[in-house]
Amino acid sequence: MLTDEEKAIRDTVRRVCDDVVEPNIVQWYESGDLPARELAREFGALGLLGMHLEGYGCAGMSAVDYGLACVELEASDSGIRSLVSVQGSLAMFAIWRFGTEEHKQEWLPRMAAGEAIGCFGLTEPDHGSDPSSMRTRARRDGTDWVLTGRKMWITNGSIADVAVVWANAGEENGGIRGFVVPTSTPGFSAPKISHKLSLRASVTSELVLDEVRLPAEAILPEVTGLKGPLSCLSEARYGILWGALGAARSSLETARRYTTERTQFGKPLAAFQLTQAKLAHMSTELQLGLLLALHLGRLKDSLGLRPEQVSVGKYNNVTKSIEICRTSRTLLGANGISGEFPIMRHANNLESVLTYEGTAEMHALVIGQALTGVQAFR
Amino acid sequence: MNIVVCVKYVPDAQSERAFREQDKTVDRDAVDGLLSEVDEYAVEEALKIVEASEGEVTVLTVGPAQAADAIKKALQMGADKGVHVCDDAIHGSDAAATSLVLAEAIKKATDGSPELVLMGMTSTDGVMGVVPAMVAERLGMPQVTFASELTIEGGSLRARRDGDAASDTIEASLPALVSVTDQINEPRYPSFKGIMAAKKKPVEQWTLADLGVDAGAVGIDAAWTKVIDVAKRPPRAQGTIVKDEGDGGTKLAEFLAAGKFL
Ligand SMILES: Cc1cc2nc3c(=O)[nH]c(=O)nc-3n(C[C@H](O)[C@H](O)[C@H](O)COP(=O)(O)OP(=O)(O)OC[C@H]3O[C@@H](n4cnc5c(N)ncnc54)[C@H](O)[C@@H]3O)c2cc1C
Repeated sequence: MLTDEEKAIRDTVRRVCDDVVEPNIVQWYESGDLPARELAREFGALGLLGMHLEGYGCAGMSAVDYGLACVELEASDSGIRSLVSVQGSLAMFAIWRFGTEEHKQEWLPRMAAGEAIGCFGLTEPDHGSDPSSMRTRARRDGTDWVLTGRKMWITNGSIADVAVVWANAGEENGGIRGFVVPTSTPGFSAPKISHKLSLRASVTSELVLDEVRLPAEAILPEVTGLKGPLSCLSEARYGILWGALGAARSSLETARRYTTERTQFGKPLAAFQLTQAKLAHMSTELQLGLLLALHLGRLKDSLGLRPEQVSVGKYNNVTKSIEICRTSRTLLGANGISGEFPIMRHANNLESVLTYEGTAEMHALVIGQALTGVQAFR
Repeated sequence: MNIVVCVKYVPDAQSERAFREQDKTVDRDAVDGLLSEVDEYAVEEALKIVEASEGEVTVLTVGPAQAADAIKKALQMGADKGVHVCDDAIHGSDAAATSLVLAEAIKKATDGSPELVLMGMTSTDGVMGVVPAMVAERLGMPQVTFASELTIEGGSLRARRDGDAASDTIEASLPALVSVTDQINEPRYPSFKGIMAAKKKPVEQWTLADLGVDAGAVGIDAAWTKVIDVAKRPPRAQGTIVKDEGDGGTKLAEFLAAGKFL
């Protein structure tokens, strides 16, 4: 099903993860801290960052290649995949797709190399699933733009060199608009959110925009309205619909091995029919998810994808993956909750993955709308 | 400087390896293969030398059709071109015959004047480690084996060889052949750009006839040694249990020292 090059890409990402992520991930997760900059440079050297974009130092790989990379990253940890998703599919994609030539020249080569880190600010404390009601404002002052407001739950926020911030610029300026904000701009700050119990090996921050003054050129000229951020999200969701399966694969593989080694009632756990039923069900769901991901990937590489097709993928693959992690957890008994095994970490991480990039409920409603013609979320 | 790196396609050590019933050669169809790990160090060293100066890296392999994968991997890492010597008559060749084919291919690939030939110190399947020396002999070149550090200066090279008791540094005039250990560097991963670029890099396919090597001089019938029998390693015997009678530490240390672990 995969070409030799696709396999080579998958293997290369696996090897990097085995070398630089796996030996450290438990410690990063427990401490809630990770050397994101070093990782970004390592990933940049490989070509992982913005890998599916063309030009400006990006690797120009296919959607399937990108998906396979996401699986391997997330088989190590969803937080590591998030770092790559936000950098490539949200921040870089927004600039690549909607930015000026100057934006692209200034940021994309450094972001592709992992020398500059980007974040993407859409969600606010009071507006998550409904970003159209956002309160962050962009006000014109002469030719300048002045941004005021707060963004919440922003991946890579505190470590970013550049933030793509979405703000309401008023009806006369096209409504919701994107801005390329160097994080060194006065008035910009990004305090880190602590006390997360999920996605701990990922930096999540608040963005505070206190009269952030930007030149006229800071605006992303090529898009107005909510379709700007939504088309970026569609890119990232596509990566997630593959990636989540990596967490599931890692959990299932751990459970499979464990049940063949652990003995109770005089035989391996794997010898009990209930265990096998669980393993068979999980393995089937995993393979179906991978087939769906590959099908969507091939479509994206040829005809392109409609948003509701991406919703089907994210909805199915993330809910199934979290279920696989939970079932795998039961198979390890008490060891299932131990940090010695990756399962609980994956399961906890997927709680975030289930919510960000459109909650499972919102994706169900997008699919529902496509099926019935009736919009049920407003 | 132009460098030829000889690489071998070997069965993946992760999978169960088997021998063919009829001629007791390794069954290469039964398992996945890959670029012999030690050869990755030779490829890396060649790339570093060329990157620091100039020139081209040619990877050369002698092996069945699947061995093209080993070349591809080296090209993905950054080598410039590949040469694959593939001929049914080579099947079952011993080290002497392999070195003959390699030497002739090196000559042909370099128009008779190789500058530097690099190899891994040994393949991870046969583990004989004699091919580099044999190839050097056939090419009439200085041989520097088991190099853990390599520098090129003008018309000569310096290499460090680490022994149990001491390390020595050797100098040799170029052209030369060097076999490297896994201490010499840290092989790079193929980057995505490398993977894509490799698709367009040239790989030449040569037969024995192209090299002017007589088919009778190689292959299983020409081998100087023959595998008469192969047997699976017996299952692991039970380990030694050291009972601590106040001297457990000493006994453990003695055990480790006897095994040269200390
Ligand atoms: C770790 C992490 C990282 C994140 N990174 C980023 C980032 O980089 N950039 C960014 O912009 N955002 C980011 N987010 C934010 C994320 O996208 C939002 O949390 C998500 O969109 C949901 O918004 P909310 O949390 O406000 O939940 P709400 O919208 O308040 O939803 C709460 C619940 O109500 C349900 N609900 C809401 N509306 C409806 C409806 N109409 N019908 C039925 N059910 C409904 C939801 O499905 C959910 O179950 C991140 C979140 C997390 C947890």
